[in-house]
Amino acid sequence: MNPIQLEAPFSEDKIRSLRVGDAVEITGVVYTGRDAVHKHLHEGGDLPPGIRLTEGMIYHCGPVVLTDGPSQWRVVAAGPTTSAREEPYQADIIRRFRLRGVIGKGGMGARTLVACKETGCAYFHAVGGAAQVLAERIRKVRNVYFEREFGSPEAIWEIEIERFPVVVTMDAHGDSLHQRVLDSSKALLAKYL
Amino acid sequence: MSGLKPSLVELIRRTSAEMPSDVQEAILGALEQEARGTIARSAMEIIERNIQMARHRSQPICQDTGSIHFYVDAPIGMDWPGFEEAAREAVMEATRKGHLRQNSVDPITGMNDGTNVGPGSPAVHLHAWRSPETQVRLLLKGGGCENVGAQYSLPVEGLKASRDLEGCRRAILDAVVQAQGKGCGPGVLGVCIGGDRATGYEHSKRQFLRLLSDRNPLPELDRLEQDVLRTANQLGIGPMGFGGKTTLLGVKIGALNRVPASYFVSVSYMCWAFRRQGVVLNPAGDIQEWLY
Repeated sequence: MNPIQLEAPFSEDKIRSLRVGDAVEITGVVYTGRDAVHKHLHEGGDLPPGIRLTEGMIYHCGPVVLTDGPSQWRVVAAGPTTSAREEPYQADIIRRFRLRGVIGKGGMGARTLVACKETGCAYFHAVGGAAQVLAERIRKVRNVYFEREFGSPEAIWEIEIERFPVVVTMDAHGDSLHQRVLDSSKALLAKYL
Repeated sequence: MSGLKPSLVELIRRTSAEMPSDVQEAILGALEQEARGTIARSAMEIIERNIQMARHRSQPICQDTGSIHFYVDAPIGMDWPGFEEAAREAVMEATRKGHLRQNSVDPITGMNDGTNVGPGSPAVHLHAWRSPETQVRLLLKGGGCENVGAQYSLPVEGLKASRDLEGCRRAILDAVVQAQGKGCGPGVLGVCIGGDRATGYEHSKRQFLRLLSDRNPLPELDRLEQDVLRTANQLGIGPMGFGGKTTLLGVKIGALNRVPASYFVSVSYMCWAFRRQGVVLNPAGDIQEWLY
């Protein structure tokens, strides 16, 4: 299976060409953001100066980062966190920043799927728990924001990723692998009960 | 026990970075089950490579190094407050070294002081026994899989789950379908039938100390374990919920007496990054033997 190469800038056309089930490798700058960041943005909070999230990608991740010196960081482990927790916030944030991608694990719900379709955004599923394989694809940590306010795992880490392996599980056409598997597994379970 | 703290730091390092061999075997088996060219297969390949890399680099298998549970069996006369102090210090040191993420948050203020030590962290479960030996087991349980745990109070009408083993089966399988891939499958279920709301969950987690390959000594529970495992793996949820053959790597069920009015089924989910290790310590606190 040869993955599709997706490189920044993440244009709407590139995103709309992707379909559920596509294996993709992403290259470019992305920002980590999880519970505290999503709540903050959803409540109308601003991003610190320097972050260019518009038409960018957010990565649901709380990495283990060691600080080697001023503005020198080493990512020790960096897999995705469960995205479903951001469901109350994600659709608004996708629209506000015209996000092109959300990277996470476990998939998201109906409101996010609608926002993806409207805005031209896709949900990219990374392998949960694969903190080493994924940390290896982080070429550089460029900056960190909100570290003092939210703590290290909840901070916004600005990172450069290269050939970061993911699968499209929710596309910009309203299709969701998570919904499909949920429906089929429920139907099968009814048969085995 | 002057060697205790360094031994506990090493226990934490190894638990965080090295997959126990019984789980690794199960993962290799699951990888072979998935058809080539599928996204389920490539997820399993990434998982397998991740396990190798973490061990080789001595770095966390998963960045969520989880809630920290020490299970201690020690001879009567053990200095328990001393043990708990050493455990806290070992956790702080392991965090500074990057074996553990700064993972402990004050729920009132939202502050994370970066030490991993605070009320409830680490959790230390102490048990005195008549053996002269000291055994310390450690579970690191990530939040993603903890969040998909579920507790059922039988009967549950919507599931047609009555107060019997068939009702338990229905509740457990419902938990599997609700969890989908969100708990980082293929995972392992730890289940407790009975107990109360607190002891039920506690006992369900304790099932993760069992070897994946063991068999339940109670024939009824053994049958239920095998049945739930077989059925769950026919649901097509697969690795990460991508669809596929392996939804669960194992099912471990224990039971505690209940009061007549209550009938709880408590289900804990452990992700594929099943971090569990254990040591036997000598009287000086040095590691004598690894348990898994």
